[in-house]
Amino acid sequence: MITLIDGLSLGSIYALIALGYTMVYGIAKLLNFAHGDVIMVGAYAIMVTLSYSLSPWVAVVVAAILCTVLGMLIEKIAYKPLRGASPLAVLITAIGVSYFLQGAAQIIFGSQSIPVGVAWKLPAVSAINKLGVSTAAAVTLISGVIIMSILTLFIKYTKTGRAMRAVSEDRGAAMLMGVNVNGIITITFAIGSLLAAFAGMFYLLQIPNTQPTLGAMPGITAFTAAVIGGIGSIPGAMVGGILLGVVEKFCLSSPLAPYTVAIKFSLLIIILLVKPTGLLGKVSREKV
Amino acid sequence: MALLEVKNLEVYYGVINALKGISFEVNEGEIVTLIGANGAGKSTTMQSIVGLIPKRSGTVIFDGKDISHTPCHKIVHLGMTQVPEGRRIFQELTVYENLLMGAFSIKDTSGFKRDLDAVYTRFPRLAERKNQVAGTLSGGEQQMLAMGRAIMSHPKLLMLDEPSMGLSPLLVDQIFEIIKDIHKDGTTILLVEQNAGKSLAISDRAYVLENGSIVMNGTGAELMASETVKEAYLGG
Ligand SMILES: Nc1ncnc2c1ncn2[C@@H]1O[C@H](COP(=O)(O)OP(=O)(O)O)[C@@H](O)[C@H]1O
Ligand SMILES: [Mg+2]
Repeated sequence: MITLIDGLSLGSIYALIALGYTMVYGIAKLLNFAHGDVIMVGAYAIMVTLSYSLSPWVAVVVAAILCTVLGMLIEKIAYKPLRGASPLAVLITAIGVSYFLQGAAQIIFGSQSIPVGVAWKLPAVSAINKLGVSTAAAVTLISGVIIMSILTLFIKYTKTGRAMRAVSEDRGAAMLMGVNVNGIITITFAIGSLLAAFAGMFYLLQIPNTQPTLGAMPGITAFTAAVIGGIGSIPGAMVGGILLGVVEKFCLSSPLAPYTVAIKFSLLIIILLVKPTGLLGKVSREKV
Repeated sequence: MALLEVKNLEVYYGVINALKGISFEVNEGEIVTLIGANGAGKSTTMQSIVGLIPKRSGTVIFDGKDISHTPCHKIVHLGMTQVPEGRRIFQELTVYENLLMGAFSIKDTSGFKRDLDAVYTRFPRLAERKNQVAGTLSGGEQQMLAMGRAIMSHPKLLMLDEPSMGLSPLLVDQIFEIIKDIHKDGTTILLVEQNAGKSLAISDRAYVLENGSIVMNGTGAELMASETVKEAYLGG
């Protein structure tokens, strides 16, 4: 039971990151491999803000804004000039952006891990902790559910959300309706990066250290989750993320612990063998 | 005055010259048809006018404004709406959401309910299926949805690319009735069809497109009477 809650909590971190991959893929048709590094930038933003003895709430706002702006800048500087270029060129660019961000962090902060600061810690809540669940896990899980619900409502009921679904299905037809596709892509990067900032905040509650490569492992796990769920599918990213989080926690608390990473990635292979489009993915149709 | 004026429009796909500098116009209040065999360049014409595919050269004037370089998503705001070939409704959105997308360019939402009711009155099938995902509609219903979606944007000029494609004869008749109806309500229409007989019958004027060039034009009646057209497009 406790393992399950821990797993759901970790899974909601993966899901938040996976949403960024899947939304960007669904709408801009590109794999933003620098997405994991946005988490890392958010983590450093929190560490630096706290080092000035500012409130953790200030750190939350700083990280959220910085990551959102960073996501939009990455899109504008790195990907927008490549619209219509070959997927390979875009992929190489994405990897380049990822190395750039990691390199920048290393130059500014060094490669050693830096503690985020004692202020980044949740108080004990005896009612929850009594059950063996950490406050961090509970807060992560509850916040994750709230954030994902808001996103779902946004996509389902707002004009922008509807335009995003339209663009993801048929870009040309959406343009004929008057949708500015470039604007929608920018918004998508902003939302994905904001979600990554939240994921970074929760991640730091579990492992309270920053490092230039901090985003790599959660990033690749969340990307795997997005593919398992069916890349491009929003509910798929949520399901895939939760699934990998739960599997990881159950593996870690069993004799299979040393094989956790191998098991997580084997899951990808098995699911793709059974259902090549991922759990909730669809066959894509290409249009002008 | 011409509502739409196309001058020397040229389009290439790589090295393939799909449109070899065509010129034509659509006057306010007309139904104008482009007929031509499969591959003649009809869809290329329609899509390059609205900027969905790039033009090599040429000018497009709409409502007195040069729109040759206007980005595609701004075209609908000017009053030109296209129902593209193959309908391209949003299959994963509901019927109602597709109609909302049709009204995407309308800033003043106060008339939305009235426009929606008008579409549902014109297409009762859509009203019955408004909460259904559009991908589950039949071909005829999808064409109606595509036309309803287009009407939601209040076009001055409605461009229809092969609206009768893939439909049963009964539905084809129904679609042509609807086109006449929309036209009667004051919308100018540019139609592309392989179904030359039916479209010439409702057209004020028509152009014949062959291998990327306009080879003939005249009133609907003139072209229907022409031996060349009869032979090539009306089955002898
Ligand atoms: N995306 C494309 N790439 C290359 N050639 C194309 C493309 N689309 C159309 N064509 C070619 O351009 C010509 C005109 O096509 P199109 O405008 O679709 O004709 P129509 O609508 O009259 O059937 C055809 O020869 C077709 O093969
Ligand atoms: Mg065509």
